[in-house]
Amino acid sequence: MITSSKRSPLTYLVHATVLFLVIIWTIPTAGLFISSIRDKDQLSVSGWWTALSTSEQRLVKRAHEPKSQVQEGDLFVIRGNILEGASGEITQFGSSSLKPEAFVAGSVAELKRGRTLQVMENGDYVLTSPTEWKGSRGQRIFYTAEVPPRFTLDNYREVLSTEGLGQSFLNSLTVTIPATVIPILVAAFAAYALAWMRFPGRALFIAAVVGLLVVPLQMSLIPLLKSYNFIGDLFGVGSKTYMGIWLAHTGFGLPLAIYLLRNYISGLPGEIIESARVDGASDFDIFRKIVLPLSFPALASFAIFQFLWVWNDLLIAMVFLGNNEEHLVLTGQLRELLGSRGGNWEILTASAFITIIIPLCVFFSLQRYLVRGLLAGSVK
Amino acid sequence: MADVKLTHVKKIYSNQVEVLKDINLDIKQGEFIVFVGPSGCGKSTLLRMISGLEEITSGTLEIDGQVVNDIPPALRGIAMVFQSYALYPHMSVYDNMAFSLQIAKVSKEEVDLQVRKAADLLQLTDYLDRLPKALSGGQRQRVAIGRAIVRRPKVFLFDEPLSNLDAALRVATRMEIANLKESMPDSTMIYVTHDQVEAMTLADRIVLLSGGNIEQVGAPLDLYEHPANVFVAKFIGSPAMNVVPCKIEKAGEQTSVSLSSSTIVNTPIVTDAGEQSKQAFFGIRPEDLVVVDSEEQGFLSGKVSFVESLGEATLLYVQVPGCDEMVIAKQAGTLAIKRGDSVHLSTLPEKMHLFDNNELSYRR
Repeated sequence: MITSSKRSPLTYLVHATVLFLVIIWTIPTAGLFISSIRDKDQLSVSGWWTALSTSEQRLVKRAHEPKSQVQEGDLFVIRGNILEGASGEITQFGSSSLKPEAFVAGSVAELKRGRTLQVMENGDYVLTSPTEWKGSRGQRIFYTAEVPPRFTLDNYREVLSTEGLGQSFLNSLTVTIPATVIPILVAAFAAYALAWMRFPGRALFIAAVVGLLVVPLQMSLIPLLKSYNFIGDLFGVGSKTYMGIWLAHTGFGLPLAIYLLRNYISGLPGEIIESARVDGASDFDIFRKIVLPLSFPALASFAIFQFLWVWNDLLIAMVFLGNNEEHLVLTGQLRELLGSRGGNWEILTASAFITIIIPLCVFFSLQRYLVRGLLAGSVK
Repeated sequence: MADVKLTHVKKIYSNQVEVLKDINLDIKQGEFIVFVGPSGCGKSTLLRMISGLEEITSGTLEIDGQVVNDIPPALRGIAMVFQSYALYPHMSVYDNMAFSLQIAKVSKEEVDLQVRKAADLLQLTDYLDRLPKALSGGQRQRVAIGRAIVRRPKVFLFDEPLSNLDAALRVATRMEIANLKESMPDSTMIYVTHDQVEAMTLADRIVLLSGGNIEQVGAPLDLYEHPANVFVAKFIGSPAMNVVPCKIEKAGEQTSVSLSSSTIVNTPIVTDAGEQSKQAFFGIRPEDLVVVDSEEQGFLSGKVSFVESLGEATLLYVQVPGCDEMVIAKQAGTLAIKRGDSVHLSTLPEKMHLFDNNELSYRR
């Protein structure tokens, strides 16, 4: 890019602000993602920003049982490796929970009754005793290890299969896709009619749509559910079905959709539409062949809004779909996990990332339509 | 086959504003008619009423002998070219031109034939695959015209098609439209403009509108030589005609008028005896005035208060004693006349115009 000395300081401010926004938006997302692919033991002791450095862990392990002892001269010796094949490096060790870091790796610790313990950096240990080892359980060894970073997809495997997140993911898609497409279709027709067709009461319709924008949806939950129950009884189906939630989301999304799309469509150049009318196009032709393609930026931006809103919705899903296992949506599942697995960060971070991955895809695939100037070249 | 006939056509908007008052017009097949007038005179509204985009409040509009007041635009056999081109921005040039035929469910081969014929005529063949945004202003205008041609309409309607083009392109496109008319002698064309040069060069007949009324209908030179009233006289021609108040001294076969400067001018214009000693307006076009050497030869004298040298012509702004407005004289070439000089102006008697107290011409 050519930098001009005449560039206004405001430009730099804009760039700095954009950079700042990008950073504060990206960092938590990145953190969530990194956390979700870390080993669960490492995740519980250190933050995600240390993910690439080795982490220090204090662990405890029992040595081999006394029956594996061998007699070497007048000493009874037990040998083994406390890391058991895992990578890492021992820095300190101890024999009691009071002093877990009493000795540096490689040194020999004097225990009671003439016994000694030596732990090497690579995890090899040697227990010696002048008398025979007794009992069935091995000696406890406390140690501090430097463990290299480990990344795994196990967390995802676990949440998708055993925690039921896979099913919820499908449920959420089943709810969200029709609940985004239906209102857009309906609203686009309505917006065209309200913008370009003359009929009595048009102004009243528009005023009513604007009025509906401010109706809080909580107010209508109970009446809607009651009418669903009534209608469901008539047809002998349950009230809590996907059809019900699609209609609910459609209804709650329509006022904003009609309002946004009408504003956009009425801003299209009138001469294009008149020209199409002279060319013999009916209203439906004009809508389908002229208005719809030109309104794509507006359709895309509303689609993003509606998709995110429905995807992240919990209230309507709880009310109109219930929280039984087969209908539970992602947000509901996440809430359940917070209750039952609140301490398991690896479960929560993986679940959270699965929840945001679809909205991210939707946003990035449609965002270019938000900025594209489709009208270039039509009218001067 | 495609006469357009307007009978007592009126347009009143819902807020009781009368935009067009009693328009009567008979347009013959194959004519190139230009609606011209100042902004707000209703010329575009009249065109849109013919196209069907605007409703007709009262009166009848006939195209091809059929009353079309309530027939939608597409079925009137018209095609319209808009000021802003109104191309479909998401379609290629080919699709733009084919749109109306595809809507009409014409067979693919026929569509292709028509589009290529029109593209050939307008030299657009190389651009058929482009989107409108990749075209220049003149090319976009040609696409808009091409879109009208492929429909093979009975009547072409042009709504100020050149006003978005720059001066050079305007001249070129004007000639293209003239050629287009030449190549389609049977189609009727109605063209709206506020530019009198376009009107004079293109029209078979000009319809001059003002304030919702038709001021005069006629061939371009007819309007120039025999304006029906002061408005037409001043609107056609540049610079505008000089109109000076006067008094009729002697009516009859030859009318004598006294200008305010008390000089008597004899004109070959016939007036009734009853017009004697009435107030009137004397008109003379700047280009008809000739600078003469002595006061005896001329009929207007005054001081030059301003000289504009245009190279091909020189405009003299002459302050004639007793006249409120300056008299403009347009002389060919360059002159050695400076500001402050006294000049004497003369003209040929047949170039004189005389309008009565209501600003209507005596030449009828």
